[in-house]
Amino acid sequence: MAIRINGTDVQAPSDPRVSLLDLLREELHLTGTKKGCNQGACGACTVLVDGERVVSCLALAVQYEGREITTVEGLSENGALHPLQEAFVEHDGFQCGYCTPGQICSAIGMAGEAKRGVPSHVTEDLSAETITLTHDELRERMSGNLCRCGAYNGIVAAITETFVEAGE
Amino acid sequence: MSIIEQAKQAAQGVAQTVVQKAVELAPESWLPGGKPDPLIHQKHGLIGKPVSRIDGPLKVQGKAPFAAEFPMDGLTYAAVAFSTLPKGRIASLDTSEAEAAPGVVLVMTYRNAPRMKAMPVFMSEAKAAGGDNLPVMQDDRIHWNGQPVALVLAETQEQADHAKTLIRLTYEAEPATTSFAEAKAQGTHPGLFMGSPMKQEIGDAEAALAAAPVKVDVTYTTPRHSHNPIEPHAATIVWQGDDLVVHDASQAVTHTAWSLGNIFGIEEAQVHVTSPYVGGGFGSKTLWQHQVLGAAAAKLAGRPVRIALSREGVYRMIGGRTLTEQRLAIGATKEGHFEAIIHTGTAPMTHHNAMPEPFILATKSAYAARNFKLDVEVTYLDMLANTFMRAPGESVGTFALESAVDEMAVALGMDPVELRAVNEPEKDPTDNKPFSSRNIVEAYRTGAERFGWSKRNPVPGSVRDGEWQVGMGVATSTYPYHRMPGGAAKLTLTRDGRMQVEIAAHEMGMGTATAQTQVTAERFGLELDQVSFAYGDSFLPGQVLAGGSQQTASIGASVVAAQHALVAELLKLAGNDSPLAGLRADEVGGMEGGLAKLDEPGRHETYASILSRAQRDEVSVVASAPPPLETMHWSMHSWGAMFCEVRVNSVTGEVRVSRFLGSFDCGRILNAKTAASQFRGGIIMGLGMALMEETQFDERSGRVMNPSLAEYHVPVHLDVPEIEVMWTDIADPHAPMGARGIGEIGITGVGAAVANAIYNATGKRIRDLPITLDKLM
Amino acid sequence: MIPFTYARAANTADAVVHGSAVGTKYIGGGTNLVDLMREGIEHPQALVDVSGLSRDINETADGGLLIGAGVKNTALAEHRLVRTRFPVLSRAIVAGASGQIRNMATVGGNLLQRTRCTYFYDDTGARCNKREPGQGCDAVDGFNRIHAILGASPACVATHPSDMCVALAALDAVVHLEGAGGKRTLPFNELHRLPEGRPDIETLLEPGELITAVELPAQPMAAHSTYRKVRDRASYAFALVSVAAALEVDGGMIRDVRLALGGVAHKPWRAWKAEEVLRGQPASQQLFQAAAEAELANATPLRDNGFKIELAKRTIIAVLGDLSGVSA
Repeated sequence: MAIRINGTDVQAPSDPRVSLLDLLREELHLTGTKKGCNQGACGACTVLVDGERVVSCLALAVQYEGREITTVEGLSENGALHPLQEAFVEHDGFQCGYCTPGQICSAIGMAGEAKRGVPSHVTEDLSAETITLTHDELRERMSGNLCRCGAYNGIVAAITETFVEAGE
Repeated sequence: MSIIEQAKQAAQGVAQTVVQKAVELAPESWLPGGKPDPLIHQKHGLIGKPVSRIDGPLKVQGKAPFAAEFPMDGLTYAAVAFSTLPKGRIASLDTSEAEAAPGVVLVMTYRNAPRMKAMPVFMSEAKAAGGDNLPVMQDDRIHWNGQPVALVLAETQEQADHAKTLIRLTYEAEPATTSFAEAKAQGTHPGLFMGSPMKQEIGDAEAALAAAPVKVDVTYTTPRHSHNPIEPHAATIVWQGDDLVVHDASQAVTHTAWSLGNIFGIEEAQVHVTSPYVGGGFGSKTLWQHQVLGAAAAKLAGRPVRIALSREGVYRMIGGRTLTEQRLAIGATKEGHFEAIIHTGTAPMTHHNAMPEPFILATKSAYAARNFKLDVEVTYLDMLANTFMRAPGESVGTFALESAVDEMAVALGMDPVELRAVNEPEKDPTDNKPFSSRNIVEAYRTGAERFGWSKRNPVPGSVRDGEWQVGMGVATSTYPYHRMPGGAAKLTLTRDGRMQVEIAAHEMGMGTATAQTQVTAERFGLELDQVSFAYGDSFLPGQVLAGGSQQTASIGASVVAAQHALVAELLKLAGNDSPLAGLRADEVGGMEGGLAKLDEPGRHETYASILSRAQRDEVSVVASAPPPLETMHWSMHSWGAMFCEVRVNSVTGEVRVSRFLGSFDCGRILNAKTAASQFRGGIIMGLGMALMEETQFDERSGRVMNPSLAEYHVPVHLDVPEIEVMWTDIADPHAPMGARGIGEIGITGVGAAVANAIYNATGKRIRDLPITLDKLM
Repeated sequence: MIPFTYARAANTADAVVHGSAVGTKYIGGGTNLVDLMREGIEHPQALVDVSGLSRDINETADGGLLIGAGVKNTALAEHRLVRTRFPVLSRAIVAGASGQIRNMATVGGNLLQRTRCTYFYDDTGARCNKREPGQGCDAVDGFNRIHAILGASPACVATHPSDMCVALAALDAVVHLEGAGGKRTLPFNELHRLPEGRPDIETLLEPGELITAVELPAQPMAAHSTYRKVRDRASYAFALVSVAAALEVDGGMIRDVRLALGGVAHKPWRAWKAEEVLRGQPASQQLFQAAAEAELANATPLRDNGFKIELAKRTIIAVLGDLSGVSA
């Protein structure tokens, strides 16, 4: 069984030690997904697996056979930036750009979670069917993505514009 | 001898004091910055506009290539093994099992590493870039716990990482000094910063303090910090014959190239260092042992090498900010006038570097006082060399100074903003130079108004919201204007009216490429898309460190110099048939795609027209910036006022920063969007310093115990409120573009603003960073 | 990471057959195990992937829940019945780790995650009895701000890092196991051990035994429950202290209570003593204080973690105050 990455089938690595992150970066040269800590602590390696955000550094690639992976390289359609990518540029949601692909993938997964009502640490009403991404909700849910340059305000603004104000 | 020539000699260490004096007394018009940059007067163009980053689309798509992402045929992967004791020697070493492991190409230890010179330690020479000057894997000696003792190259990273664990090492321990108290007991020594002692006495500060009717005399402590850029240090390295190519993550490409040449005994020109994108640096991305080891291994193996440090590897091999213990004493009159300021203390460093954390720097220029006693003493530990981290000195020094000023305000029963205004100096209080531009009172006024400072209840512990105690605090932020020698730029103008700027500068996210594109377009009367900015390559002109918040000034002065040369060249080419005929270079400026007489814009000819008449496809110049004499004549600093509101949980002691505002006076702001991000980024790192950051150094073993982003806490999204930033935008008449640095000031003053707000919220004065919840329970 | 073989288990029986071999470990989401393997602390020769097994959450006949060990943390936290009947569990889960990790981590793996003691993590540079029995413990006299105040031993002062487990401890969960010897169940509160002389042995699992499910018995009181976590930053940090509590108050009297603490001991700490003080008494701040004092009476501070004793007491009192509506 293959791993489907941005629409293309890829064979799982023969060495089961290879993480999904290293498969992407070293074997497929999809270096948009970044390695920040290799221990699940920074979120720079976030990708979407069947639409759900995960940290690819802690994922052994062999475990992902039969799954569909979307990386930052798979977000733009026909060469056009994803609206969230546009918003990151507009709101200066990054400085060095290293955590950025992870922030973007994470935000896309996060928006889906909120839409289907997954509660967070700051959710007051656990029975809510869907979550409104308030400033606190959004920041709590994005807290797995570190940005050492400190572009958090811009990141929040970009996500808000894309997923809250746009009414998605 | 011209003053410029004299200064060049001074920079080489000849007759420095004489020149210093001469420059202080020299007429302003003789000096760089003596005549304001004409760009300052252009108010309605591109300067200051919130232009989005030109590299933004690449970065959001993950298409910007970082150091560990350069593909190469036959690439090998490196893994590094680290020592586990702080001092001693390797007693036995067995690499046979590692060498036999699958995929292993090379195991390098001191036994087979090529002979290399030590790294030239940063600041020891103009282009020295090394974090320490220890032998790099040349002998069996161990100098710190975490020192690289072996390097494995393998076909894959997984194989290298595994083989590394198969190296068998034993050590013979020697007595080491790893405790700060023990080191202090062995004696302290005056810290030498850039060759000068960090020591200054004016008047008799102790006596003035003793005699002062109101005094504060306390000790503040700050722990070790780690830069923690999200991109770990990495390099992709290949030898092409005797030439070395290093794709590095660097904030000092030229320095690194020169230093590597020195280490390997080859010419600087044989070393090509590129660093197009850097995933954060904050002072850490200079030359450390990993690039040297990577190059050595590549040489030995005859294969290209990727050395991408693990996060633990970064903590073991890349120095951070050292700890400080600072005495801060202020003696004041009952009206609040400071009579004496004493700022002394101790910071550990190593015998192998040149970085006494200069925590007194901000105190030198902050407040009017007649008596000063300033002193940074150092002690020596057997540890990884400490280094520069965002606002070295000022970040932790302002925590002490600005907390003490707040304590003084409490002692006086005075508003802390008012107290600062009362002590506003007319000229630099410790070196007597005039300020080039200082509008900090204005920054305080506008900041206080926007923040709602007047709503603060001055009585500590009086505002409550449920479980939460609420308070406000304020502190001054400050960082000097620097411009280091060695700036140079190449300008190439082509017949289609496009301009390329080439300079060995760096883009670590500061927005350099974008802001400098704006500035260049404005200078030459071009559109943004007609200008391209090439940087991050040691083969380009100039030695422009991305450090000391000086890159913008250095590039600015270099481009100004190149502009003069280019305009002169263009006027020559324009000849007698041009509307510009007969004009001198200083009479014309760039306007609407060409040159025009400054006071008679009708006399204009486009670049395209000049070049095509001269039958030239392009014209190109290289020029060097003049030496940075302006800083010898004026006291030049960026300033700011930091306002903070905190909520402290009365049950648990948890602190949440609920509001923050930075009001800055940093000269002209070149790009409102990227500058705001620089300010906010500094402030957020300051929040981390205030509340959670500490590199845990086990004083028994000299080992860092939290070498991980899980255990070394940096602020996450939820820790960071919306941070408001504003600025005076008052141009500094003596700085290129009127702009002073903005990269480091953001972190300064934040620790104190938070601590002062916590005091206002709870009545608890915390003098020891980070302010974790246990200190507030 | 040492080389290892990887196999995906087709079903539980298949997993148990393969999992019984020496040097074999089960892998779920891998969020802890992969990290520990990379750090050289775990070195299995074979991995059996059980992440695809038992992914269901079923209501039991009595109104409890049977949660498959392969259920992802996020799926459990968002489950409608968990949110309404066992809010403490939902809240504990979302207080832990990050959104990405909760999407990967499984229930079974969460139970078996290992301590965050930094000396445990330093494979080459520090001594640790948990990693290497008999080696000694560098944490006892080192950085131990995050370490245990209850139930520790001279051999080990580490804490259990899970948030979810604190809720499970309060909810009297039952762990379903399957091994070579067949199926059995174990009360959750007996699953984890205190360190004593063998901190390397963390649970009562037999070699090769697989956690297949966690059962939550029906507990009407659990609908009135919560979780409070205190940590060093606002999010994405391990607990210094956490409290899971469920309370049944009737006419001002505490009919029943479930209370557990996190971040204080080698295992999720069920606060039996505090419960005993509380049960059947009129709710008051004094009572909560007495309960907290009783639970922490035997707490032992180390160099850096003495504050946890007071913090645990305060957090217990605050949580009980919130749930009972009796505040200071």
